Amino acid sequence: MNRQKILNSLAAPLLAVAFSLVVVTIILFAFGSNVFEVFNAMAVYGTSPRSLTLMLNLATTYYISAVAVAIGFKMNLFNIGVNGQYMLGGMCAAAVAGSLNLPGVVAIPITIFVAIAVGAAWAGVAAWLKSARGVSEVISTIMLNFIALGLISYTIIRTNVGRPAALNVRGTEIIPPNGRMVGWNLLSPSIKVYGFIIVAILIGVLYWFVLNRTVFGYDLRASGLSASAASASGVNSKRMVVITMLISGGIAGMVGLPDLLGNDPYSYTLNFPSGYGFTGIAIALLGRNNPIGIAFGAILWAFLDVSSQILDIENVPREIVTIMQGVIVLAVVVAYELVRRNRVKSEQQNVGEALAQKESSAS
Amino acid sequence: MNTKSPSIRIFAFFISAMTLLSISRIFADTNDLTSRGTMAAAFGLAVPIGLAGLGGLWSERAGIVNIGLEGMMILGTFGAGWAGWQWGPWAGVLGAVTFGMLGALLFAIVTVSFGVDQIIAGTAINILGLGLAQFLAKLAFSNAPGGGQSQSPPVKGLLPSVTIDFIADPLNTLQQKGWFVISDLAGMFSGLFYHLSYLTILTVILFVLTGWTLWRTSFGLRLRSAGESPSAAETLGVNVIRYKYIAVIISGSLAGLAGAYLAIVGTNVYRGGQTAGRGYIGLATMIFGNWRPMGTGIGATVFGYIDTLQLRDNANIRGLVLFGALVLIALAFLGLRSGVRATSLAFLIIGSALVGGFLASTNMAPEVAQVAPYVTTLLVLATASQRLRPPATAGMAYRKGESH
Repeated sequence: MNRQKILNSLAAPLLAVAFSLVVVTIILFAFGSNVFEVFNAMAVYGTSPRSLTLMLNLATTYYISAVAVAIGFKMNLFNIGVNGQYMLGGMCAAAVAGSLNLPGVVAIPITIFVAIAVGAAWAGVAAWLKSARGVSEVISTIMLNFIALGLISYTIIRTNVGRPAALNVRGTEIIPPNGRMVGWNLLSPSIKVYGFIIVAILIGVLYWFVLNRTVFGYDLRASGLSASAASASGVNSKRMVVITMLISGGIAGMVGLPDLLGNDPYSYTLNFPSGYGFTGIAIALLGRNNPIGIAFGAILWAFLDVSSQILDIENVPREIVTIMQGVIVLAVVVAYELVRRNRVKSEQQNVGEALAQKESSAS
Repeated sequence: MNTKSPSIRIFAFFISAMTLLSISRIFADTNDLTSRGTMAAAFGLAVPIGLAGLGGLWSERAGIVNIGLEGMMILGTFGAGWAGWQWGPWAGVLGAVTFGMLGALLFAIVTVSFGVDQIIAGTAINILGLGLAQFLAKLAFSNAPGGGQSQSPPVKGLLPSVTIDFIADPLNTLQQKGWFVISDLAGMFSGLFYHLSYLTILTVILFVLTGWTLWRTSFGLRLRSAGESPSAAETLGVNVIRYKYIAVIISGSLAGLAGAYLAIVGTNVYRGGQTAGRGYIGLATMIFGNWRPMGTGIGATVFGYIDTLQLRDNANIRGLVLFGALVLIALAFLGLRSGVRATSLAFLIIGSALVGGFLASTNMAPEVAQVAPYVTTLLVLATASQRLRPPATAGMAYRKGESH
């Protein structure tokens, strides 16, 4: 039974990935590329030690982002604002980290704390708007994303938090070596695996534990499955919205930290990577909000992103991978919906049959 | 406001807003705040935002929340650049609309036929639209003369635009006099008749047409019924699924047209990142406008105006801040009279703080204008969400024959 369940839950994502491969193959074929050569180049380039390291690092970031989204999804909250939350959280954390001159054991926790607090506070605006004013979090977080961008460019361009940090780019004060995260040359001598991967794993474990082994997690899942049933059993739904949003934002606040604390220029610059929040949405969907599933999703996404770097040299636009990712998201939600409809239908049939039997035996 | 007729109310609001704008212009000492150039640019920038908002309106009226507007708009910019470069600007418009529609068709298939979550599908369309446009742009423009990896060669020729000199010029002279309210109105109307692109005129027509179609024809009634109460509509014989498809596809074509404006009128080329989140601002204007064409149009004009001020003389930003402050304070007094205490007080505090900021600084950052549309939308949502009335089933999946 359990095995059947696992197989069932794997079927949809695998089908979606396979379907996207078909679509991509057709597109490449239509534009006259040698499909086999393209995939081969990606596979070879993507499995080099350097690429694998980059992949793990990127997957670390994606994983945190996806967990932030997933915890909202678990109770039907759609946090599109992870993007703004991590960027604002990352900038504030970078500014604080840059100004600290303390040993790492003190400085790094402070940095992480600031990132969590700012991310949660920014999500808190949306939480307040939803619980007190009934404003959909989808719209408010979209708006907050843009406001965060404005705040960041204002802070970095016009206040003395910003300064020339890297070549031709303004950013926060460069974080002193003490405040940076360790990394390890696990796979490649030239490039390090982010130490933050440990934090990401911890976040995953904590996510699983809170969701499945605590009362809060039970209430959260119950609210997600049926808000009315949950509130009938005494769950304060407004409070749940606020707390879940704050947790989601807090986790989102950390999304920028792997890059910030583990990579040059150790500063939050105006070129800081953006868009991780949207990637998180896709990966949370692909992984069905399951901590293990998300990990696989994050690795797949990171692999695609890293290995696509070779494509421009092969004269194939590397955006083919973005297309593939978009198709995966669409295909996976369609697949889930079809599976759900099928299940509902077969349940209805079972009930119908059982009732019919009962009736015929009664008469 | 105890006036009864809506058109009188709108007129009163308009004159009050212009008065406050005029006061802001005088105190911020920047004639450019309501100059012809500013106003003309504002009407221009309002077009893509308004078209996106109108696109959102069509689809939400039929019950489909369209977060994918941005992606469809990006596809539109590519279509405009690609077709416009080869066959001229009108072909570009057609190309943009076609590409927007294709994005919308895909969106409609997954949301209407398969009934997946509309927000998720919209997010996916945004990823996909961006990826497709960048992919195709690299293939089409990399080796083209005058093109590049993320930029098309220039569109062949320009779309015609109209300047009605005998209206625009005297009004412009009047604007430069700097008279209270009169000059501001003159600047605004002068801008309206100055370098008016055909696409802008088309946009105005589309707004009127939308209002008429959706609220004055049986087609529109059916389409809206698909968004308000699909099962009831179905019992009356309305083919709900078909109406949803039509609405989403119109939505996509309008988003594509918005992309066409950016690529053909705004810059003359397709360029990566050209849309800069305008699909989302469009969504915001639709909410701001309470899911109605008139309100959406006003919202788009306001947001287009704010957008313009970023690009112009920095003194305008101070004027904008004062204007925002005055509007908030005025709303606070209106609110006090009708008894919404807490909101009025909050507006009064924010407004006064902005006045303080205005007085304390001689120079304000353009980032203020950058975030202003989004802050405005949040304020509207936070204070007026009881008055906003979105279509009843927007965002919900609908399956034929599901309710009995």
